[in-house]
Amino acid sequence: MQGKPSVRTGPDRGPEARQERGAEARQDRVRAPVLRLLGSELGVLFRRRRTWAMLLALAAIPVLIALAVRLSSTVPPGRGPAFLDRISQNGLFVGVTAMLVAVPLFLPLTIGVVAGDTLAGEAGLGTLRYLLAAPAGRGRLLLVKYGGAVVFAAAAPLTVAVVGAGIGAALFPVGPVTLLSGDTIGAADALGRLLLIAAYLAVSLVGLSAIGLFMSSLTDVPVGAMAATVVFAVAAQIADALPQLEWLHPWLFSHRWLDFADLLRQPIAWDSFAANALLQGGYVAVFGALAYARFATKDVLS
Amino acid sequence: MTAVARTAELSIETLGLSKRFGRQLAVDGVDLAVPKGSVFGFLGPNGSGKTTTIRIMLGLAAASSGSVRILGEEMPRQLRTVLPRVGALVEGPAFYPFLSGAANLARFDAADPQAPAGTRRARVRTALERVGLAHAADKKVRAYSLGMKQRLGIANALLAPRELLVLDEPTNGLDPQGTREVRHLVRSLAADGATVFVSSHLLAEVEQICTHAAIMSAGRLVAQGTLPELRQAGHARIRLLTPDPGAAARVLAGLGLTADGGAAPGGSGTNGSGTSASGTADFRAGGVRTDGPGGDALLYAPLPAGAGNGALSPEAVVAALVAADVRVRGFALEQGSLEDRFVELTGEGFEVAR
Repeated sequence: MQGKPSVRTGPDRGPEARQERGAEARQDRVRAPVLRLLGSELGVLFRRRRTWAMLLALAAIPVLIALAVRLSSTVPPGRGPAFLDRISQNGLFVGVTAMLVAVPLFLPLTIGVVAGDTLAGEAGLGTLRYLLAAPAGRGRLLLVKYGGAVVFAAAAPLTVAVVGAGIGAALFPVGPVTLLSGDTIGAADALGRLLLIAAYLAVSLVGLSAIGLFMSSLTDVPVGAMAATVVFAVAAQIADALPQLEWLHPWLFSHRWLDFADLLRQPIAWDSFAANALLQGGYVAVFGALAYARFATKDVLS
Repeated sequence: MTAVARTAELSIETLGLSKRFGRQLAVDGVDLAVPKGSVFGFLGPNGSGKTTTIRIMLGLAAASSGSVRILGEEMPRQLRTVLPRVGALVEGPAFYPFLSGAANLARFDAADPQAPAGTRRARVRTALERVGLAHAADKKVRAYSLGMKQRLGIANALLAPRELLVLDEPTNGLDPQGTREVRHLVRSLAADGATVFVSSHLLAEVEQICTHAAIMSAGRLVAQGTLPELRQAGHARIRLLTPDPGAAARVLAGLGLTADGGAAPGGSGTNGSGTSASGTADFRAGGVRTDGPGGDALLYAPLPAGAGNGALSPEAVVAALVAADVRVRGFALEQGSLEDRFVELTGEGFEVAR
């Protein structure tokens, strides 16, 4: 992961030596240091008890659903979240149901905490000034911070899917799954689809992560950035539910959050996946640029 | 001497550095010149713009106008090549409370693109040993005392060989033992050839370890130079202990001296605990203090610095006093201290400047 150790220029070395070192360091700079700092960032993120508490809370959703279904006699079809009635026949549906339940609030909530904390959290602790004086480089730090948030955005739905499949397999029979298109696939294939849905949700959350990063660049108070990000997520879903705002719907980052049904067809229809990726990419570009514009010139006074 | 050669000798050079926050000018036209290899004390009362200046120097904040060169390189343009050679402690230590001391240092080291990852563990251990924290390396920073955090902050500045160390209030929160250690550390860093830039409001500390100093007041740089230069700029004064303050003040006035309290605490007038003897003394002279031993009064009078013609040597003052039957019980010539100079330049009030 780390490249050639760069030579430290002593006071006795001339400008040529420094330039040479500069060229060497430039090569070094783009690859190794970014990865190294990202490694450190993930280390900090995942050594934090809060991160694990949030993943545990997410993991509790499928556990709760599975236990509720197991302990109740029968689930009347057509009531409760989609697929709930199919859990008792096939445990893999615990994962799908749990993800469906987690999308509107729980996942955005955890993303809001992590993405809202990125820069404001460092500013609040005062560590931002030491990272920048190291010097981490503002662009590089922003990139790495966003990278950390995206990794969490992938880990969160993955946790729900994997724990859901696990608890489902433990409490219910696992077998072939009948897809929405009517085809039947094997259990292993079905597990693959489950992970695909988790990936779809991860992509769905990168736009919100970028919004959180921007919010985080605006303040030194992490709670403010977290709350603002979550409010954004909730407001977008409310707007999405109002028919009067139909013209706005395709532009809302939450508009395609639940469009993963296409992944449960045979063959897989990738249209919604691609459309969602494009939509999220747009949000990443816009809010990433806003965050950079803000952070690159910000006076760090915390 | 060419401009290039001149800047090469300065580790820090600012020209007309200003920083405006809204309508307030926090730093106002500061021209700092920190010679290479010096231990430079950066003095000033709270709120005088010291930390803001340091933030601009390190590229954390942008200057409203003016320029900064660190180690001969333009900042913040050359930030990526300059800052790895600079160790910094800025406005107190700051760490991740949920990580151990060693993990915190490793984190900041990973942020330095030029720090070799292969030697990180060894460098972290060495830095921790250097500040006496080796035993607490694996303890969570949450459990550290303020003094330990301060030490860890200094360790962070020492993670790599540095040509310049910028230490903002390095002894803040340290016990006397820790303060002594930091003093030793600063001296040993300077002995290794590093330039050490120490901001402080502790004058005694600066007088003990620094070769140079600058004084900030209300955003402006009001003095800078070597320590002897700064002291000399202050005035020498005489200190007279006598039971006859009234007569003494008259004699001094006859010599063209005005007795005043100078920078002595207590100022003028009686204080409540004055003895009966001092209670009857004549206090027309503004600078008479009555807390001398046995009820004697203490008088201070500045000695004009330009008295090179010998017209007013200290011994002549004593002779004149004795000739006038003033009972001289104590007499001393006091050189101006850095504290006097500091107070003279920044004012005496306890109020934060802004």
